[in-house]
Amino acid sequence: MLPAPLLNTMAALLTLAIFSFLYKDNAFYKFAEYLFVGIAAGYVVALEYHNVIIPNLWRPLLAGDFKLLVPFVLGVLLFSRFTSSFGWLSRWAIGLMVGTFSGLAIIGFAQGDLVAQVQANMLPLKTETLLGTFSNWVILIGLLTSLVYFFFSKEHKGVLGASAKLGIWFLMVSFGASYGFTVMARFSLLIGRLLFLLVDWPASFGFHWLH
Amino acid sequence: MEKLDRRYIFLVILLVVLVPLIAPVGLPVRVSREVQSAYDAVAGVPDGSKVYFAADYDPSTMPELHPMALATLDHLFSKNCKVIGACLWPGGPPLLEDALRRIGELRFGKKYGVDFVNLGYKPGNEVVMVSVGRSIPATFPADFYGTPIEKLEIMKGVENLDDVSMIVNISAGYPGTKEWVQQVQSRYHVSIASGCTAVSAPEYYPYFQSGQLAGLLGGLSGAAEYEKLVGKPGTATRGMDAQSLGHLVIIAFIILGNIFYFASKKKAP
Repeated sequence: MLPAPLLNTMAALLTLAIFSFLYKDNAFYKFAEYLFVGIAAGYVVALEYHNVIIPNLWRPLLAGDFKLLVPFVLGVLLFSRFTSSFGWLSRWAIGLMVGTFSGLAIIGFAQGDLVAQVQANMLPLKTETLLGTFSNWVILIGLLTSLVYFFFSKEHKGVLGASAKLGIWFLMVSFGASYGFTVMARFSLLIGRLLFLLVDWPASFGFHWLH
Repeated sequence: MEKLDRRYIFLVILLVVLVPLIAPVGLPVRVSREVQSAYDAVAGVPDGSKVYFAADYDPSTMPELHPMALATLDHLFSKNCKVIGACLWPGGPPLLEDALRRIGELRFGKKYGVDFVNLGYKPGNEVVMVSVGRSIPATFPADFYGTPIEKLEIMKGVENLDDVSMIVNISAGYPGTKEWVQQVQSRYHVSIASGCTAVSAPEYYPYFQSGQLAGLLGGLSGAAEYEKLVGKPGTATRGMDAQSLGHLVIIAFIILGNIFYFASKKKAP
């Protein structure tokens, strides 16, 4: 394995190469981008081989667990997409995957979101504290008016129109909160990289200038 | 204003983030209800019990999520909990390994295979989650190093999620907290505490409000709050000054942008 100072210097130079895009598109940025895409693809292939194919398929097959031939054959069929005459064979494997994931997603959504969230929003409209009562009313009104906004079977006029308008306000507040969190996330990434350049990189050379 | 070179904005942002990192201001960190609940949930786990640590993130979200992993692991190891770590993101295992070694081995003197284990990455997203709920050994026959898990002392007596006290999920997106709640919490009723990126936090708040999540750490601020609770300030706390000042600048940009927008609208014929 390469020594830490060399590895960290490579990481620092690649970080600076990516940052250079903020000034304008250039060869250093493109080099770092292509390098990342290539390494990421290779890494995933190697990882799948060592973490899945060997322990979950190859070793059990050698140990006599022949029922695993079924997923093995289905997996091989996926490669038939590379030929036009046998491409249809891959549909069996894809169909199985789509069916499994759809089933799981529907059950997960029904159990984890639909039922649980409807239950969680059946709140008492009068609580022991004024703040609790106020919060529950805000949730109820926000929920109902946001739902009204997405009700398109009747023209948004009169009471329905006013409710839909209020619903838009609640949605706007939630979009604003999401945007705020997104800003926080992007700043965190910049902070992380700057801390690496300021602290970790020099530290790998034994230089601790920032405490 | 419309012709302002966006590079000036980048420069201002860089300076605002850089200066507090070099010369910290020390702005206070206030612990929110969601983070306090996560802390209480971990604190409520019996000492020495086994915890499933789902590290579902990769280097792209490391600045936000790695401090969370370190802080929550610090809390778990301080209670002598046995940590069973696994990943659903291909880039996750080295990060999980770093967090487990740095906190478990170096800070608390814990032993790999006895007090903690890294089961590595497994593709399949929700299918893996459901499978872990039924059988951990069948889902992860070997650990990150290829050692069969029946040879690891920590895995003795562990069949499925019934044998762990709780799940701590560090989530960068899909697959992550949402899927753990949908597929595992609702099905196996295991307590889940989540640490997630700030981008995905608004999506998970309803799960916390409904009690489906025992606690929620959102973004760098969530990590800093947890570091404060465990009494070990780390990189998240260090970054909070820059984060707060950066937010103030963004607010200023939004206000200025609106002022110039309305001014130019008035000028227009």
